[in-house]
Amino acid sequence: MADKLNKNDALFQFLLRLGDNTLVLGHRVSEWCGHSPVLEEDIALANTALDMIGQTQFWLGLAGEVEGKGRTADNLAFLRDVWDFRNLLLVEQPNGDFGQTMMRQFLFDAWHSIMLGRLMKSSDQRIADIAEKASKEVAYHLERSADTVAGLGDGTEESHAKMQTALDLLWPYIGEMFVGDEVDAEMVKAGVAPDPASLRDEYDALVGRVLADATLTTPDSKFAHKGGKTGMRHSEHLGHILTQMQWLQRAYPGATW
Amino acid sequence: MKNEWPLWEVFIRGQHGMSHRHVGSLHAPDAEMAIKNARDVYTRRNEGVSIWVVEAAHIAASSPSDKGPLYEPSNSKVYRHPTFFDIPEDVGAM
Repeated sequence: MADKLNKNDALFQFLLRLGDNTLVLGHRVSEWCGHSPVLEEDIALANTALDMIGQTQFWLGLAGEVEGKGRTADNLAFLRDVWDFRNLLLVEQPNGDFGQTMMRQFLFDAWHSIMLGRLMKSSDQRIADIAEKASKEVAYHLERSADTVAGLGDGTEESHAKMQTALDLLWPYIGEMFVGDEVDAEMVKAGVAPDPASLRDEYDALVGRVLADATLTTPDSKFAHKGGKTGMRHSEHLGHILTQMQWLQRAYPGATW
Repeated sequence: MKNEWPLWEVFIRGQHGMSHRHVGSLHAPDAEMAIKNARDVYTRRNEGVSIWVVEAAHIAASSPSDKGPLYEPSNSKVYRHPTFFDIPEDVGAM
């Protein structure tokens, strides 16, 4: 890829990353439907999942357009295999308990909201438009997940312990958000997207504030699992998600409503 | 039951100029979360422009067994109902 990465290939890859993040996390969150601890959270999580699937349609739709091979958002979502996915490792991690799900959501929402804010100024108007629409939804996702993380972290002894465990477990997955590669370099050059590393300070400030409210201890390790957004090394979990998500199109190719 | 969140009654204003209307109830740990939950449970189809929540325990309600003394006396006083006036159409819903 590095040899002959032109701007169009890079843009395609970049859009897959955005769309695969919301697709995989949207699917993960939808797994809670009918299983949440309380009815209100069940509905709220389903709303969040639907928002993300809606954003996926925009990102992957545009990705297919940019690729120019006639692939639709559905084709990209349901007919690719693990190695073609470009989502962050964070979003494919299992739901765990409710606290772990909300911690994962918060760590992603914080990055997502900052990223969309920057993308609203993209030189590519199509990207700026999608980002503007999505940013309103994501502002609410962030408000909700941040409140829940703070509430459970600063809650009972048990909820505090569970949230600290979730944070320790998921922390090594946030580093990947800020690692740039040749795709990102190409996007920066074209003014399409920011350098991923440039989001880190704002992210640390936002997350630090909420984790302090939550009385949680931020792990001091900078170790980062990588390989999701490049597709080089997804975790074992992604394949399991895809067997669930894609089985219908695999079993009945071309099936429609 | 002591682990249950308190019950909140939810009122939503459908559009500017209208009153808030009771739409239902939900559980939430505090007022802020009650508003968030109301947003997710009751406004996901674009129903509202404003949300009120009030903890159900704080609502003082009349007792159903007082129905007779409270309401029946007005039944027989037809002159209290303004049904003898023609309302101009321009006035709209009253």
